[in-house]
Amino acid sequence: MPLSHVAFLILSAVALISGGLVVTRRNPVRAALWLIVALFSVAGIYLLVKAEFLFAVQIILYVGGIMVLFLFVLMLVNVNVSVRQAPFNRQWRVALATALLLLAELAYGFWRGAAPRLKALAPVAAPSHPLGNTQAVGMALYQNYLLPVELVSLLLLVAMVGAVIMAKRRFD
Amino acid sequence: MPLGPAGCLAFKAVPARNMLSNFFQLGDYIILKPEILLSIFGLAILLLDLFLDDAHKYWNAILALAGLAFAIIQVGLFWEAAMAHPGFLPYAAFDGRFTLDFFAIYLQLVILAATAIVILISVRYLEIEKAHHGEYYALLLLAAVGMMALAAGTDLIVLFIALELMALSEYVLTGFLRRSRRSNEAAVKFLLLGAFSSGLLLYGMSLLYGIAGSTKLSVISARLAERPADDPLSWIAMITLLAGLYFKIAAVPFHQWTPDAYEGAPTSITAFLSVGPKVASFALFLRLMIGCLWPLRQEWQALTIGVAIATLTLGNLAAITQTNVKRFFGYSTISHVGYLLLGVVAVGSGPSGRQGLTAILIYLLVYAFMNLGAFAVVVMLRRKNIIGDEMNDFAGLMSRAPLPAVLMVIFLLSLAGIPPTAGFIGKYYIFLSLIETRHYALAVLGVAYAVVALYYYFRIVALMFMKEAQDTVPLASGPGLRLALAVTLGLTLFIGIYPEPFIALAQQAMRPFFS
Repeated sequence: MPLSHVAFLILSAVALISGGLVVTRRNPVRAALWLIVALFSVAGIYLLVKAEFLFAVQIILYVGGIMVLFLFVLMLVNVNVSVRQAPFNRQWRVALATALLLLAELAYGFWRGAAPRLKALAPVAAPSHPLGNTQAVGMALYQNYLLPVELVSLLLLVAMVGAVIMAKRRFD
Repeated sequence: MPLGPAGCLAFKAVPARNMLSNFFQLGDYIILKPEILLSIFGLAILLLDLFLDDAHKYWNAILALAGLAFAIIQVGLFWEAAMAHPGFLPYAAFDGRFTLDFFAIYLQLVILAATAIVILISVRYLEIEKAHHGEYYALLLLAAVGMMALAAGTDLIVLFIALELMALSEYVLTGFLRRSRRSNEAAVKFLLLGAFSSGLLLYGMSLLYGIAGSTKLSVISARLAERPADDPLSWIAMITLLAGLYFKIAAVPFHQWTPDAYEGAPTSITAFLSVGPKVASFALFLRLMIGCLWPLRQEWQALTIGVAIATLTLGNLAAITQTNVKRFFGYSTISHVGYLLLGVVAVGSGPSGRQGLTAILIYLLVYAFMNLGAFAVVVMLRRKNIIGDEMNDFAGLMSRAPLPAVLMVIFLLSLAGIPPTAGFIGKYYIFLSLIETRHYALAVLGVAYAVVALYYYFRIVALMFMKEAQDTVPLASGPGLRLALAVTLGLTLFIGIYPEPFIALAQQAMRPFFS
């Protein structure tokens, strides 16, 4: 078994286990920490398929940005109270049934529909770019999508100014 | 290096030598110059605001007006260059993602002029509201950048980002009066419904991308034409796209956000919302319907007929019972959208409906000025300690302030579509295009609702002339308001009496689609 397969198995096992721990921990701080582990292992899988850019974005955006946001929410929630509360709300049976249904559907589709056709296909190499994945994204952004990128910069400026205006109650 | 349109012409003549890459040529930079100028002025206002004390905040407005003037001159130069050199337009910049043509130039000029008038009527109002911050003007200019890109964009990604740039500025400006509960509530409602409609629009766009494998409107149009007529995928794409667009232009049944947002927003922003984004959203609507979904025109025409009738009916009937002036104008705007949609129905009839597009373009121009004029008078009613946005605040205005009262009568006559005002010209061309495309029943319906409109607009006139005044506090005024009133009145009367040059402009602007 090649080394990359071993790495993939380890990473996906970590992702699945820590994902399960995220939803079962009573203490929201611990759940948040397990979420970081899950996101990191998914980032590792991105790296395995040579998507370095997605790897960096995953860490910067999800692990960095969203986790900070998550911790802010935690500061507003009383941890001691939430530890004593039931970790699941009343819809968990319905949710479990829906999830199992989706799983069954996916499994059926994979074994009966997609798998034979997938086997017939030649193994696809990861799309390679002479300059590498990150450079390819950069070239696309600053060539094909130059104008949208510039407009997005204005959009983000508006969002920032707007957030300051809305949040700063006492201007004067 | 010449940086005017002349430079563009030079670059266009020898493209190979001036190519930085396939995607960005030197001329593209010049085509984008009005937007770049506006952005620079917007950023300058954000900086300048730090150094101004409360008494000198009007310098922000002056700087914003200067930026708009530069942009208007630049766009005017494009028009002039295009008239002198027929091969100049359409200019497809950024690998065909941003196309400058007469349609874009015409609507950009309307958008810039409307933004300038909004700034003129804002200064005094913001002083009275004690909310005179530079961010207001900066956001207006950045919204104008988004609106201009909407008028010229020919790529789904550019169009969507431009739309969001405009919408995000709108949400913030709607909630600009932070101490007012109404303003905050309106902003939240507007944000939620706006985000929802953007989602719908984006879903339709993603399906179009799935069909065509490209985000360029021309490519999508060609791919759609190759598909069978009853292709369910193109239908779903068209319907979700239309639902999102109907939200943005406030057509029934997607109009619910309009009265709430209009009532809660600062009055000067209500004026802006009812004109600038309306023109820009119609630019997007027409670009997508004619430039992209043209192969499906029979389908979208059928849908638009129903929506136009519902919009006219609800807008006109709901306006009758309103007691708040800003809500009233919200429903009045919805009824005008109904008339514009009648023009869209005429366009959907194919090449014979080309006059429909001319009619829409004239109507948008006329509507912008007469509606802003009426709002300038409404803004004058806001005084210290008097909110002045109820219908009864108009009572006895004739005896108290005769000049604004007479101006209001003229603007209301124009909104109702009575000759010799500009509003008549707008409605006349809409009806003419309907008759040319044999939609006689719709034309009769439109005329019938014009009579209803006359009734509710004259409620305000009756209040001004017949009732006793409630207070004696003089109306707010200032150089900006006076100039805004003079410009809007001048154009409302001038277009009404001598419409030929404006009709010629609109016919020129229609040509990119029907040559």
